Amino acid sequence: MNIQEIADKLKGRFGDSVEFVPVATGDSFIMVKRESLIPEARFLHETPELYFDSLMCLTGVDYPDNFTVVYHLFSTRHLHKLVLKVSGAKDSLVQSVSGIWPTANWFERETYDLLGVKFDNHPNLTRILLPDDWTGHPLRKDYQYPKTYQGCPCEI
Amino acid sequence: MGLIENRFDKNIIVTSADYFINWGRANSLWPVTFGLACCAIEMMATGMSRYDIARFGAEAFRPSPRQADLMIVSGTITLKMASRLKLIYEQMPETKYVMAMGACACSGGPFVKHSYSVLKGADLVIPVDVYIPGCPPRPEALLDGLMKLQALIKERTIAKQSV
Repeated sequence: MNIQEIADKLKGRFGDSVEFVPVATGDSFIMVKRESLIPEARFLHETPELYFDSLMCLTGVDYPDNFTVVYHLFSTRHLHKLVLKVSGAKDSLVQSVSGIWPTANWFERETYDLLGVKFDNHPNLTRILLPDDWTGHPLRKDYQYPKTYQGCPCEI
Repeated sequence: MGLIENRFDKNIIVTSADYFINWGRANSLWPVTFGLACCAIEMMATGMSRYDIARFGAEAFRPSPRQADLMIVSGTITLKMASRLKLIYEQMPETKYVMAMGACACSGGPFVKHSYSVLKGADLVIPVDVYIPGCPPRPEALLDGLMKLQALIKERTIAKQSV
């Protein structure tokens, strides 16, 4: 199935909450609404002719007015791929998909650690790469670099 | 500074003792196993038979800092690691030496700008005796640094230093 067919199938089930965005260069993607992310993700995972059983990558993007979370999905049975995006305001919660794809657990912790996206219903949303006493989320555009950390100077 | 330093005035016995002590110290440097990043691969290669750091008496990589007197800081020091680096240095018995191996340990290397998580050089936390440039340095460079350190050690004295 190509991405157009997948988008049509998703549109047929969920209607206007799904938006297909064709891109001339790179991957076309499907933009979904934050509220309907979980049923749609479950639909993509469980429908036999879609069967997206693998979440290859989950990451976040800091745009000027919102955070966008990007999901790269793959089906090991049908060998098709899908880029799914969901965006929300900077302080809004995105539902965790770790109940559907267990690998999302660590991906979401990383996205939270570096970007500060908060995932709702995550089993353990704590830092994964940086130390627990770190302040701020370094991949945000407005991040302030630390001057010292635990008494060690961070600048020369 | 070990127990024997700064106790005797400079005289002919001390000078001869210096020669003997420095000979012993310079030729039995025991490095602590402290590989941090890709430089550690070159450090391991230096320890193997092709480059053979044993020719300089420094082949005994110790797993405990309490048995070592040389720390080869081989690799990128993250801020998370910086406090451990200091702790391990403090656990080493006197007399102790530090070699900063590679661009990262010397100055932060490729992470010197725009990195939120990397310490910009080991010398911000601990005193460094020898800097070895390179990214990573070849085993020959590490051996050259070791010989430089041996030359430094051979110039030291246990006599009281004039203030």
